[in-house]
Amino acid sequence: MSQPVIKTLGLNRNFGDLKAIQSLDLEVEKGTIYGFLGPNGCGKTTAIRMLTGLLKPTSGEVEVLGYSLPDDAEKLRRKIGYMTQRFSLYEDLTVTENLQFVAKIYGLSGSQQKARINELLDIYGLENQSRQMAGSMSGGQRQRLGLAAAILHKPELLFLDEPTSAVDPENRREFWEQLFDLCDQGTSILVSTHYMDEAERCHKLAILEDGVKRADGSPDELMRTMGAHVVEIASSNLRELKQELLLLPPVVSAAQLGARLRVLIADSIEDPVGYLRQQNSLSGNLSASASLALVRPSLEDVFVTCTGKRR
Amino acid sequence: MNSLLRIQAVFIKELMQLKRDRMTFGMVLMIPLIQLMLFGYAINTNVRGIPVGVVDYSSSALSRILMQTIGATQVVKFSHQYMTVADAEAAIARTEVRAVLVIPKDVGQRLARHSTVGLATPASSDQETSRPVAHWLVDGSDNMIAGAIKSLRNMPLAELLSKPVNRGVPTFEVTLLYNPEQRTAVNVVPGLVAIILTMTMIMFTSAAIVRERERGNLEMLITTPVRPIELMLGKIIPYMFIGAIQVIIILGLGHLIFNVPINGSLIQLAGATFLFIMASLTLGLVISTIARNQLQSMQMTIFVLLPSILLSGFVFPYDGMPEPAQYLSEVLPATHFVRLIRGVVLRDVQVVDMSFDLYWLVIFTLVGLLVASLRFKKNLD
Repeated sequence: MSQPVIKTLGLNRNFGDLKAIQSLDLEVEKGTIYGFLGPNGCGKTTAIRMLTGLLKPTSGEVEVLGYSLPDDAEKLRRKIGYMTQRFSLYEDLTVTENLQFVAKIYGLSGSQQKARINELLDIYGLENQSRQMAGSMSGGQRQRLGLAAAILHKPELLFLDEPTSAVDPENRREFWEQLFDLCDQGTSILVSTHYMDEAERCHKLAILEDGVKRADGSPDELMRTMGAHVVEIASSNLRELKQELLLLPPVVSAAQLGARLRVLIADSIEDPVGYLRQQNSLSGNLSASASLALVRPSLEDVFVTCTGKRR
Repeated sequence: MNSLLRIQAVFIKELMQLKRDRMTFGMVLMIPLIQLMLFGYAINTNVRGIPVGVVDYSSSALSRILMQTIGATQVVKFSHQYMTVADAEAAIARTEVRAVLVIPKDVGQRLARHSTVGLATPASSDQETSRPVAHWLVDGSDNMIAGAIKSLRNMPLAELLSKPVNRGVPTFEVTLLYNPEQRTAVNVVPGLVAIILTMTMIMFTSAAIVRERERGNLEMLITTPVRPIELMLGKIIPYMFIGAIQVIIILGLGHLIFNVPINGSLIQLAGATFLFIMASLTLGLVISTIARNQLQSMQMTIFVLLPSILLSGFVFPYDGMPEPAQYLSEVLPATHFVRLIRGVVLRDVQVVDMSFDLYWLVIFTLVGLLVASLRFKKNLD
């Protein structure tokens, strides 16, 4: 296994009394896409800011691309790209002007600069917008421009903070294709998201809640080891049934999906379907005609079990 | 090499944004133009045509001639007549008139004994027997008006008499150098350069970093290799040109419209102005690193601007200020520049003869750049 591009040990960050990140241990391998999955305010942005050297950790060790942070932050800056959550290029400059600005900041000039900018405009389909003000572009176009600017200097490691929050599903899929292209060319990528489907695309991911890493691993691994069975129930009176189910101790959660109820049951119960059938307290709502089936867990189930509160 | 490229990148970006911001671009030109017209035409320390009234107890031909003589000085304009002193005081209180001339019944007798007429018996110079011809009641709350009326105290009354008056020899001879006609514009226009530059230079740059922060650009900038000093320099260079344009507008139009002479060397003028622009720009940058949003930066700009107007010697002479105010005034770059520009423009001084003022501007700039670069940290802590 090659040297990890990101390695942290016991990383903490407090804002006054608020513990934004608590003892975070991470290890990101080279050439992979690593995801931070978590609800808003769980510390994703704070973690990324510490990994890029923008915030000093309260305690703990960070090593990114072999540089120890925050001491070597300035050296690290040439080797990483960072796309912020909010569009952070200049809205009153055109696409080309923005890219020219970034190119010069990274020391690219003359024909080299021109070639790289044309290449990026081509890859991200922005040739027709090259003279348009960045502020007047659509969410998808802006985000492609943001990505182009973040990788203009060919960074080894790319940080993306909720890159797709203002983008429609069509553009999101395309965006991920582009990320895989970059990954294929050897760029390591760390991306934060609150979309399950995006998290599922990552090679590995960490689930964050309230500044604490609840689980990490590849999506498959996480689903295998999540410690709960998933049972789908198709029946009548689902609202009442749900309330009754939640009273049972092994039931982790129950969520309605249209005409079905998706129930997570701790894997201490070996036969969850049989277990549910035997519960007398449910008899009123769980009729004999109701169908119960054990199904494959999704990442959302993993997320729900990890962040673990009964809802 | 890369450092120069980064400064150039920031400089060009800043220029582009300025070019697209029509309002700001317009203000760059309109502020000096409008202010020059306002200050040049409206502000006049030589007061003329003060509306005054009269209470004439003598109702004689003599009192009317007296009024005409006073009116001929153009300092005052008689517009109202009152029956009693009480009426007149009420009129002053409601600012119908700013002063009232009370002409006593015995004005003729007083005039005959007045020192300017000089009847021999009794001796007219005798304070006991010789009394002022008439009496001014003045709204003393306004120093300018009071001063103008006071200047009438010893006016000669030659037109009143057929014979030449006895005129006392003045105690002192006075020669007014550089501005013998006492035109206000000569004093105001060079000072105005200092005030306008203080305002625009500090205002533009104080918003510079704050705006990047507000629009979210700063988060992107600080992940790039750009150094704080490169960012600062790239941001202030465009405004140096703007400052130069404003100086040319003010002094050029001041020369054409208000006939303000430019006696000194243009190169020395440019040098002194350059130093002052740099000092103001760095002050703006320091503000920019302290303020959290554009409103705060604007408030801090005003906080610097007001003392620069009042204490720099632009409006009130430096020498008349109490000592603590003079210390404060010495800190402000505007004070030193008002001295320098008036020196060069009006008195053809060599700037090297005013080296203290030059040094102060240089030191102020260097300290300002240092403080701004140190305060601007490349992290979000």
